[in-house]
Amino acid sequence: MRRVMLFMPLVVALVVGILLASGIGKDPSELESALIGKPVPEFNLENLREPGEMLDQSLFRGEVSLLNVWAEWCPACWDEHEDLMWLANEKGIRIIGLNYKDQKENAFRFLGRLGDPYQTIIFDPRGTLGFDLGVYGAPETFVIDAQGVVRYRHVGVVNERVWEEILLPVINQAKGNS
Amino acid sequence: MRFMTVILAALLAFALPVYAEAPPEFYDFDTQAEEQRFRNLIAELRCPKCQNQNIADSNAPISKDMRDQVYLMMQAGATNDEIVGSLVDRFGEFVKYKPPVDRRTIILWAFPAIAVFGGLLIVAGVVLRSRGRDSNEPPLSPEEKARVEQMLADKDQSSRS
Repeated sequence: MRRVMLFMPLVVALVVGILLASGIGKDPSELESALIGKPVPEFNLENLREPGEMLDQSLFRGEVSLLNVWAEWCPACWDEHEDLMWLANEKGIRIIGLNYKDQKENAFRFLGRLGDPYQTIIFDPRGTLGFDLGVYGAPETFVIDAQGVVRYRHVGVVNERVWEEILLPVINQAKGNS
Repeated sequence: MRFMTVILAALLAFALPVYAEAPPEFYDFDTQAEEQRFRNLIAELRCPKCQNQNIADSNAPISKDMRDQVYLMMQAGATNDEIVGSLVDRFGEFVKYKPPVDRRTIILWAFPAIAVFGGLLIVAGVVLRSRGRDSNEPPLSPEEKARVEQMLADKDQSSRS
């Protein structure tokens, strides 16, 4: 009994150590989306490129797509844009843009300078769809399956590593199911 | 001296408009109770962007949006549960400072009780053991007693000389 008790501090230290070590490297600012497994919220917003044309959630039906939340004022969006261009041009991914709390002229200047990887861009100047999607910091990228259901949400920059390790597997799974 | 006053006045004149440019956000309520309810709600909702601030304290744009949502839903007659629920549906359980009791959070909720219980067990163990030692150990044998007396006597003599 005495012998066993001597090892108790070691056991406690190991358990606490493992518990804490599992938290290292996790980014506490990345939250799991509350919308996973739910359909894209209803919306009725203007098409950025076609003034007057209204878009709604049926935009996401029929094909697996990425929904990329971006804005001209968001520095990280400038960083990831090249990779979005690469995804659209080299990988043929359908990317829907959500222009979040931005101004039209700024958005067009951004696209004019960096290129336009988006199949369609939803113009959300007041951030209403962004709010319904639980967007708390651009850039965010959602994987949406062909039924218009949110499969995954990535907070932060999309790059080659994120694509290979995170987004591609989710997209393949979404394609397999639909 | 007069010159200084003029400079100070000029500085003040420049300082005031800056303050006026950032008006405090203002929500209008019919009753004091409603306002208090609003304050309580935004104090117990957590800003998803800033991790450890409630939306009352945070000045992140997302917190402003959330305060607006709370305000608008209150004006529309929603209950507290409906308001918090609508934000949880969008941003996840993270926005509640008080997590619900479920399988993922049960350790969190049970931990204070576990800690108190564990502490009591340890204290009880220590007390019981020391009691057991008092009663179980036999008193000194006659030889030991004699030795102790001898030692004390020796000490007495050495300190006197």
